[in-house]
Amino acid sequence: MKEFAPIPLGEWVSDGIDRLTREYATAFDSISFVIYELIDALKSGLHAIPAPWFIVLLSLLAVLAAGWRRPGGWGLGLFTLVGLGLVWNLRLWDDLITTLSLVLASEALVLLVGIPLGIASAKSAMVERILRPVLDVMQTMPAFVYLVPAVIFFGLGLVPGVISTTIFALPPLIRLTSLGIRQVPRELVEAALAFGATWWQLLTKVQVPVALPAIMAGVNQSIMLGLSMVVIAAMIGAGGLGNVVLEGITQLDVGKGFVGGLAVVILAIVLDRITQSMGKIYQQKGKPR
Amino acid sequence: MSSEAPMPTDSSHQALAPKIRLEKVSKIFGRHADQALDLLAQGLDKKTVQERTGVVVGVYDISLEIAEGEIFVIMGLSGCGKSTLLRLINRLHEPTTGKVFIGEEDITAMRARELRRLRRNAFGMVFQSFALLPHRNVLSNVEFGLELHGVARQARRERAQQAIETVGLSGYEHKYPDELSGGMQQRVGLARALAVDPQILLMDEAFSALDPLIRGQLQDDLIAIQERMGTTVVFVSHDLDEAIKIGTRIAILRDGRLVQVGTPQEILAAPADDYVSAFVRGADRTKVLTAADVMLPLHTFAHLRDSPRALLRKMQHSGFSGLIVLDNQRHPLGYVELRQVIEMRDQTRLERSALRPLPCATPEEPLSELIRRSNVEGSPMVVCDTKGRAIGVIDKTTLLAALAQQGETDESTAATGEQTAEQPACAPPTPPASERNPSSEESQVPVEREDKS
Repeated sequence: MKEFAPIPLGEWVSDGIDRLTREYATAFDSISFVIYELIDALKSGLHAIPAPWFIVLLSLLAVLAAGWRRPGGWGLGLFTLVGLGLVWNLRLWDDLITTLSLVLASEALVLLVGIPLGIASAKSAMVERILRPVLDVMQTMPAFVYLVPAVIFFGLGLVPGVISTTIFALPPLIRLTSLGIRQVPRELVEAALAFGATWWQLLTKVQVPVALPAIMAGVNQSIMLGLSMVVIAAMIGAGGLGNVVLEGITQLDVGKGFVGGLAVVILAIVLDRITQSMGKIYQQKGKPR
Repeated sequence: MSSEAPMPTDSSHQALAPKIRLEKVSKIFGRHADQALDLLAQGLDKKTVQERTGVVVGVYDISLEIAEGEIFVIMGLSGCGKSTLLRLINRLHEPTTGKVFIGEEDITAMRARELRRLRRNAFGMVFQSFALLPHRNVLSNVEFGLELHGVARQARRERAQQAIETVGLSGYEHKYPDELSGGMQQRVGLARALAVDPQILLMDEAFSALDPLIRGQLQDDLIAIQERMGTTVVFVSHDLDEAIKIGTRIAILRDGRLVQVGTPQEILAAPADDYVSAFVRGADRTKVLTAADVMLPLHTFAHLRDSPRALLRKMQHSGFSGLIVLDNQRHPLGYVELRQVIEMRDQTRLERSALRPLPCATPEEPLSELIRRSNVEGSPMVVCDTKGRAIGVIDKTTLLAALAQQGETDESTAATGEQTAEQPACAPPTPPASERNPSSEESQVPVEREDKS
């Protein structure tokens, strides 16, 4: 039996990427520049705040977000204070800020792209049909695979880190936004239309506010996924806590790896609880507090 | 606030004749609508059409006119298309064929912008599940419609406040929907609809999710509000008692087709087919039928100047054991019994003192009230018009006959197509002597009923 020659899929992709880099170099450069400026501003802004202040501010924010009348709110505040204090004490503060800027910058991009796409896919069956396989690919394709093209397009450093983190963290927000909007009760939509709402009024006054708990869950999920990309992003020179972990691994320094990992976990828990509480507070608005 | 500039309210408040007219409206959900319409035209029913073509029939070939100031109830079992029909009126559903006119305007031909203007200015809508925005408090929910119109904050707050007072929710302005009971939530829904000062109020099973007591209260409130504001109300319901209570007219749908339209009395008295009669079987007639519906016309009566002997002859002829005495203007004076006439038979005239006073009923009094009064005040009862002239009589037999109809229902009449509320065949011309007997007209004479059609 004659064997079929292998389809040169890999070569096609390589060629495509090559052509893209050649022909759109200026475009990628300008994107890279904008994102770099964004992160840089964020990073220097966050660095400008002295660590103790930052820790106290974040703890207060945690208390407020989780509800200062509830004991849980104060618990979260205390955890934030102690956890971040520990990171500071371990001399990992600068790395933490770098990681935080990376996560926040990619989260900003995720929101910018994800919410409109989520809305579009909720409103149009066509968009949903096109988007679904794309999201599947984004979620399941191993992150290392698109790390390389990201480096080719954007060079080493924070920018490709942000881009790949964004790609990785985008799907849940799109999915949950779309789901949340689809799940707005039909009669609520009909009510808005019956009172003469425009498309935009329907979206901003009814669909998005009612879907907000789901959207907030999406935001929370994408932040968590972003944090899980921290170590991978460090491989292409994004720096931050991921770098600490990476050094620990490469130098077989278990202690260092553990400390870096712990700092990531602390940051993750703090961000997770704060964003979750924000979503919950919104949901519970109206219930007697 | 919104992408579209606030609508100026000046041009939009042009006078619309708020009358709804549906012309051969059909709504088919799904593809192959033409094929489905063909099958429907051949008289196939919804289920068969769905099996053959896979489409769902909403409503088929409905023509209706709803007058200004009516409370028009659309009735039917679930899945018969009544909510679809309601949504065709404000084009939440796009009709597959046919036209819908709101006043003079053809809503089916409108562009999106015009449609929004009409929806904002002419319609208020109330939903079965209340459809309140969970993230807004009562005041803000009631303001919703006005907010969409672009009404200024201060003005809309005032109007919302008024609407809240109208539905009796003052003091709850800052509560959130999930803090309120179902009945109160629906009051918010009603206030939201009333706040936009609609000419037409569309209510989709608005009270169905509420318990009977609250439902009754809201029905009363709706009737009162409608009377005060003169709003045209289109009300979807599956509850016949509700339809009878609030409706000036009722349309009955079956499988997407219009089966019958009429006043509650007409529908109860002459159901168009078995489906309708099955539907009305459980209805409480005593609340629907009025004195005018059940009374017998007063043909045989006495005058004061009549001699007792003449009265005896009248009684013999008619078989009555008593007569109602009227004056020349047909004002009732009282009731005289056979026994007294016999006692007075040698006198030339009736004595006024011999007359027993008679209870008087208005033509609009419901049967339930008449039954109660006849127990307390005795029978017969005279039905008088506004000038106090006797137009009919009601005795216990009449009441029983009307009630009997309720029990034995309309199967027989549906079959023969006759009206129901008349005399039962079994009623004897002269009721048992134990009772003081009706001085009314012979029972055999068919009674002309005033149907408001």
